[in-house]
Amino acid sequence: MSYLDLSLREVRDLLVKGTVTSEELVRECFDKIKETSDLNALTSTYFDMAINKAKEIDLARKNGEQLGVLAGIPIVLKDNINLVNTKTTCCSKFLENFVSPYTATCASKLINAGAIIIAKANMDEFAMGSSTETSAFGICHNPIDKTCVPGGSSGGSACAVASKQCFGALGTDTGGSIREPAGFCGVVGLKPTYGRVSRFGVVAFASSLDQVGPLTRTVEDSAIMLGVIAGSDEHDMTASLEPVKDYTIDLDKGVKGLKIGVPKQFFNEQLKGEVREALIKALDTYKALGAELVEIDLPSVDTALAVYYILSSAEAASNLARFDGVKYGVRADKYEDLVDLYYKSRTQGFGSEVKRRIMLGNYVLSSGYFDAFYRKAKRVQLVIKKEFIEAFKICDVIVSPTTATPAFKIGEKMQDPVSMYLSDIYTVPVNIAGIPAISIPCGKDKNGLPIGMQLLGKHFDETTLFRVANAYEKSTKEGK
Amino acid sequence: MSDYNVVIGLEVHSELNTNTKCFCSCKNEFGDDPNTHCCPVCTGMPGALPVLNREAVKKAITMGLAVGCSINTHSVFERKNYYYPDLPKAYQISQLEYPLCVGGHIDIEINGKKKSIRLNRIHLEEDAGKLIHDNEGTLVDYNRGGVPLIEIVSEPDMNSAEEAVAYLEKLRSTLLYVGVSQCKMQEGNIRFDVNISVNKDGEPLGTRTELKNLNSFRAVTRAVKYESQRQMDVLDDGGKIIQETRRWDDNLGKTFTMRTKEDSQDYRYFPDPDILAIDVTDEYIESIRKTLPKLAEQIAKDYVSKGLSIQDAELLTLRKEYSSYFDEILKYFDEPKFVCNWITSEVFKRLNNQESEDITIPVSAENMAKLLKMYKNSEINQAVARQVLDEIWQKDSDPTLIVESKGLKQMNDTGAMESVVQKIIDENPKAVEELKAGNQKSMSFFIGQAMRATQGKANPKLVTDIVNKLIK
Repeated sequence: MSYLDLSLREVRDLLVKGTVTSEELVRECFDKIKETSDLNALTSTYFDMAINKAKEIDLARKNGEQLGVLAGIPIVLKDNINLVNTKTTCCSKFLENFVSPYTATCASKLINAGAIIIAKANMDEFAMGSSTETSAFGICHNPIDKTCVPGGSSGGSACAVASKQCFGALGTDTGGSIREPAGFCGVVGLKPTYGRVSRFGVVAFASSLDQVGPLTRTVEDSAIMLGVIAGSDEHDMTASLEPVKDYTIDLDKGVKGLKIGVPKQFFNEQLKGEVREALIKALDTYKALGAELVEIDLPSVDTALAVYYILSSAEAASNLARFDGVKYGVRADKYEDLVDLYYKSRTQGFGSEVKRRIMLGNYVLSSGYFDAFYRKAKRVQLVIKKEFIEAFKICDVIVSPTTATPAFKIGEKMQDPVSMYLSDIYTVPVNIAGIPAISIPCGKDKNGLPIGMQLLGKHFDETTLFRVANAYEKSTKEGK
Repeated sequence: MSDYNVVIGLEVHSELNTNTKCFCSCKNEFGDDPNTHCCPVCTGMPGALPVLNREAVKKAITMGLAVGCSINTHSVFERKNYYYPDLPKAYQISQLEYPLCVGGHIDIEINGKKKSIRLNRIHLEEDAGKLIHDNEGTLVDYNRGGVPLIEIVSEPDMNSAEEAVAYLEKLRSTLLYVGVSQCKMQEGNIRFDVNISVNKDGEPLGTRTELKNLNSFRAVTRAVKYESQRQMDVLDDGGKIIQETRRWDDNLGKTFTMRTKEDSQDYRYFPDPDILAIDVTDEYIESIRKTLPKLAEQIAKDYVSKGLSIQDAELLTLRKEYSSYFDEILKYFDEPKFVCNWITSEVFKRLNNQESEDITIPVSAENMAKLLKMYKNSEINQAVARQVLDEIWQKDSDPTLIVESKGLKQMNDTGAMESVVQKIIDENPKAVEELKAGNQKSMSFFIGQAMRATQGKANPKLVTDIVNKLIK
């Protein structure tokens, strides 16, 4: 057995006990990174920096200094999170050589808690995609079946955790980008409540939907990491002032007496095959554990995907306009004038999925279409949010599959954007409503590919999500 | 031609004098080395987020209250999307649907005729950086990028260049009185766009053009005159006015097409998801209203109660620089009428000779007070007072030391003066005859001669008395 088989919490206990040093852990992770490099999970690695930091922490621990909750633990960041003096590429050619002048708040919080940032992870270009296939630096493979995608856009983060290159990773989730890859790779992925984690320093895709969250091996690890990165931030007006809780406090309380909402819109004839079976089995487990299942109605939830592609593309078009070839990033070699500089730099720097979203976004914002698309989508968003709030009056959490199918084959959906977009059908409504949701492993299909179950919670009630998720995880053999 | 009406609306951009920028903590300061007041936020680095400066909101509301706007308790920032190298995010954070202030008015007076110009709105936004063109290409200085601006939009209520300038003068003076902007035109603190159209009585409003690049009141006057005439000429020739943006060329004194409506930009405004809406309480608005500084009208009233004429009081409050200077001098030398006369004559005369429309009075109030005290006490005469003012206008210094070192004190010694005058009388019998015949002009001759003989230090009143006494 290797230390890498342990969870973040287990390895932390060993570090505290002195059974293992941080330097040993870092070296083991880097051995694993080398061994599994064909997965292409990472874009940059920081061996020297990580070893030095590990030695520092080991020394501090030896000297009996007070250390943070993640002291000495190797962690990976998605490559859209700024870390000063390192590259932040967003897996776009545009930012191939962009070196961050500052550090994101979530990364600072990890570092302040003693975490060792060992690498940055592959992702879909600017987080636009559900398979990590739109990365400008090569596709990432699913560690369970290399012919399959790891999901996306935080595919590299999920892959790194699943293949044991690290003990936890940060991803970002705009429409499912943490939960879908967590489901595909068989790890735990949390999308916190919008505003729970600061977005400062995280390259924006859709500002009103983006949220940073952890990918981990266990529910407990997820709760520990959220406790570190959550909280208000003077650099982010949208970061909530809601107090940060100890998210591990209710982990072992069980689900007895809790009401689990089963939306009829999710458990319909479209949910088929092994995923359906796995979910029904999970519901039975919850019943056996003492939870009450209640059917709930989310009548407008099927419009969420349309709302999502309007709002996220509109915001993305504006957020990505700063990549103009003037200040940093790609600038075309030859250009005639200013407009030509913009045109050629952006044509060369962006991949086709990013261009598709920019065009869509500018279209829905343009004069004459704004009311029909953007304004209407904003109104529908309010309706969807209200329906969730209503539903949570009769249940504590809501359950759904994370995705309709397990990981699909590499290349399978690249030629059909709409079928790719449909991968996020269960995850997108969560971002539209701004609520938290967690994806946890829920069995495997006949090919051994993981199936994900998603639990949705009330605004800022991550504690109950962890409690319900942990009850299921403990009841199964997997998850560890 | 004279049967046309000219219709003018103005958009004024004024930088707020906050300590820091509108959405980050960089200093809001003019004149430092390029790109020294910059951070990831105001240079549009990936992942950086704006955080609203509450001081900017307060100053915008202050100005709104000073000009009678109603303040929206719910106000929203939007993104105005367009590409330009001085705009690092490729969008400007501005306001569209829900501005901070709506309505209000600015009252002007021309040749005793009062007129109220309605305001449409005042909204808060961020300034762009500055392009610097040199031989090798174009450089960008982002020091100004993200500085808070208010845009004050009038209704099309003005009908002449004089009214437009009177409006701008009043607006500028109000900004200065409430203390929210420096209003230095040379530093680009305050900038103007003019919307202008012409029509005939009884006809609907004409098609308007928008004039850009107007950096002084003088430019506004000239541009309005030029553009209204151009539009009338086009219409008289049977042509049509095209809705367009035109650039004023100050050297050529003409306007030129920049862009027409067809190729006008679609700014794709939408609410900025990074910035929470501003919700202010009525209590907050009232607390600002209670601490509003005195405006021109109130200060003028105070002056009248100090004994100034209404005309003088209005002259002094035309610009804050005048009244502040006046108030400051009174702290050292409390002779309102005397000080006012001096400012409205000698100081105004010298300011009129300044090239810039930005007002800088180079003499400190303390030194000016010292000078006036000497003059009032007859320690120096008027000619010397002017002469010393010229000197300290060039280089501010203590006028008492100048008078002392150059021996410019007025000769008030009757005995000494009598001998000087006696000598002039003896040498100029013809002038004595004329004076005796009743020609008062000859008295000026005597005063002039006495000045010459004393290197300008003679007290003219004393000379007159002595001449009258000696020739009797």
